[in-house]
Amino acid sequence: MTAGPAESAFLEHFAALEAGLPGHGLPWLEDLRREASASFRELGIPTTRLEDWRFTPLTTLAKTPFQPAQGAREISPAAIESHTRVIGSAPRVVFVNGAHVPALSSVGELPPGVCISSLASALAREPERIEPHLSRCADHKTRAFTALNTALASDGLFLELAPGAVLAEPLHVLFVQTGEDPPIAAHLRNLVVAGPGSRALLVEHYIGSAQGVYLTNAVTEIIAGRDSRLEHIKLQQESENAYHIAGLSARQEAGSQITSHSLSLGGRLMRFDIQIMLGGEHAHCTLNGLYLARSTQHVDHHTTIDHAMPHTTSRELYKGILDGSAKGVFHGRIHVRPDAQKTNAHQSNRNLLLSESAAINSKPQLEIYADDVRCTHGAAIGRLDEDALFYLRTRGIDLEAARSLLTFAFASDVTGLLPIEPLRESMESFVRDWLSGGQGTR
Amino acid sequence: MLEIRNLHVVVEGKEILRGIDLSIGPGEVHALMGPNGSGKSTLSNVLVGRPGYEVTQGEVRYRGRDLLEMKPEERAREGVFLAFQYPVEIPGVSNAYFLRASLNAMRKHRGEEEIDAVDFLGLIKEKMKLLDIDMSLLNRSLNEGFSGGEKKRNEILQMLLLDPMLAVLDETDSGLDIDALRIVANGVGTLRSERHAVLVITHYQRLLNYLVPDFTHVLIEGRIARSGDRALAQELEQRGYGWLEAEQAQGSA
Ligand SMILES: Nc1ncnc2c1ncn2[C@@H]1O[C@H](COP(=O)(O)OP(=O)(O)OP(=O)(O)O)[C@@H](O)[C@H]1O
Ligand SMILES: [Mg+2]
Repeated sequence: MTAGPAESAFLEHFAALEAGLPGHGLPWLEDLRREASASFRELGIPTTRLEDWRFTPLTTLAKTPFQPAQGAREISPAAIESHTRVIGSAPRVVFVNGAHVPALSSVGELPPGVCISSLASALAREPERIEPHLSRCADHKTRAFTALNTALASDGLFLELAPGAVLAEPLHVLFVQTGEDPPIAAHLRNLVVAGPGSRALLVEHYIGSAQGVYLTNAVTEIIAGRDSRLEHIKLQQESENAYHIAGLSARQEAGSQITSHSLSLGGRLMRFDIQIMLGGEHAHCTLNGLYLARSTQHVDHHTTIDHAMPHTTSRELYKGILDGSAKGVFHGRIHVRPDAQKTNAHQSNRNLLLSESAAINSKPQLEIYADDVRCTHGAAIGRLDEDALFYLRTRGIDLEAARSLLTFAFASDVTGLLPIEPLRESMESFVRDWLSGGQGTR
Repeated sequence: MLEIRNLHVVVEGKEILRGIDLSIGPGEVHALMGPNGSGKSTLSNVLVGRPGYEVTQGEVRYRGRDLLEMKPEERAREGVFLAFQYPVEIPGVSNAYFLRASLNAMRKHRGEEEIDAVDFLGLIKEKMKLLDIDMSLLNRSLNEGFSGGEKKRNEILQMLLLDPMLAVLDETDSGLDIDALRIVANGVGTLRSERHAVLVITHYQRLLNYLVPDFTHVLIEGRIARSGDRALAQELEQRGYGWLEAEQAQGSA
């Protein structure tokens, strides 16, 4: 089969961009990139013939000859103010069209043992801190977009926490796409290395100009050391014409805890793959997610939790609201290895369909190879409760307001868990606005 | 205020109400009694417009208007209120938020300004005190995990807040403890005026000791078998429904 326009463009980028990529000249990195580009060459852009992509056709994406991101374009702080405000005056790292913009970033005074920088500058200064970790969690051998990312990533966040280091304030990492014409592809790579007993709260935030067509291809890797506690919030508010493909891969050591919140609110087509490896006893992860889609939006989440060691626990709650002709996919895999006795895993995926033509494909997949475990899952696809609607109406609340009240309540289970109050309020008002047909408060 | 004439209602293909005639004037309290399954809740649900209840004959006029033509929310805004026998639980919607949204919907309809959060809190706390409701119920999800009695009190709280013209109480007394019964009856009593009318559905005389009805009706198999004054309720308490059922069976035979 011959490569389509997007695939050919990416294959050209490998050669054209190589010399300009961060850390060029580091032999281990060049080897890694060569290996990754060879994987992509082999894998190509996924088609619906692959089980993992069965319900997510990339036909239009594959036809788009994306240009490489040409570095940051100037934007004013005012342009991102509404997004930075909700996180507060915390440390902030901003990337525009794939490139770090120091002028918009401010890290300030950091607690001891906390290192925040762009991946590119860390590779320039101290590549030995990156080498042991980069692409050890993310799978660039079998996943096409991760391969592409590994070969072409222009920049991203590097967060390193020394043993016991605590970053109490949320770290806001903002990725802006300005929506250039012709469309560009930004490959972003984030790496979080959390030493034993460290703590941090990280907000990975994607925004774009309202109409822009572009591709965000992001990969985040987290190495959670023994007894570390990490909270990760991903906010996806891409433009309505954007493609957003992202991965979060984490390896957790004994006693570590990761809480992930994913809010998928924008984009024309979005795919988010989460892979958590619970690689030490008493490691725990919580995955919360909310996705909203309407008109012809397509939203796909694939999560895999690998219980590799005994006494590991996981909790997963994903909720979706689909309107118009939107399509949703949720695939939640829980894998319990033979030695992982006393695993306790619970997964729930609930979906609300607000129109006849909205649809969701929800599939739990439990693969349990140990016998002394507790694993439960539930999936639900439903419409608003007629009795509840009627009750509200008998109290003078009109049908439309009653619908939006109930839908909001459905979402608030997830938004209510956001640990930053102004962010929680902002997301709640986004949801309210979205429900009343607006764009959401941006 | 309310005129029900020859009302026939079919639910799920089954005729439940088979020709009801009932008129309620302003200032009156009516008691509606009758055996389980006789159609009392069906009648109350029809009055507030529950979807799926098909009126096959008859009419209902409320303050000169065709009640059956109105949407549930319009009926509420025009002053019709039902305290449900089984209030629904609505997870995720806070009681406080709901109560304020409801009150504001009414105020908007009357052309009044929306009440702000602070004034609302003052108002609702006063009413909650009157009904001896725990303040913590305000911040919980609407009816979710409320005890049976708490649900009933919350219904009466809504009634006091919304100040309806016509209040229908469907077995509000069931599940209330003795103190709560008195408190709730007092609460309903505050509605008793020249303007308001109340229809009390109950199985027991207890509530009617506090809330003395002007008229009592007995519903049997979808028809009003007998109407009388407060003495009828007392008679039923002693004799049960058997004699009326027998009479009705004879009448229709
Ligand atoms: N949605 C429904 N589907 C089928 N049957 C129904 C429905 N609603 C009510 N019914 C039937 O209609 C009849 C009357 O019910 P209703 O709830 O009005 O009785 P009630 O007089 O309020 O009884 P109770 O004293 O037990 O509350 C019952 O036989 C009931 O099973
Ligand atoms: Mg009943």
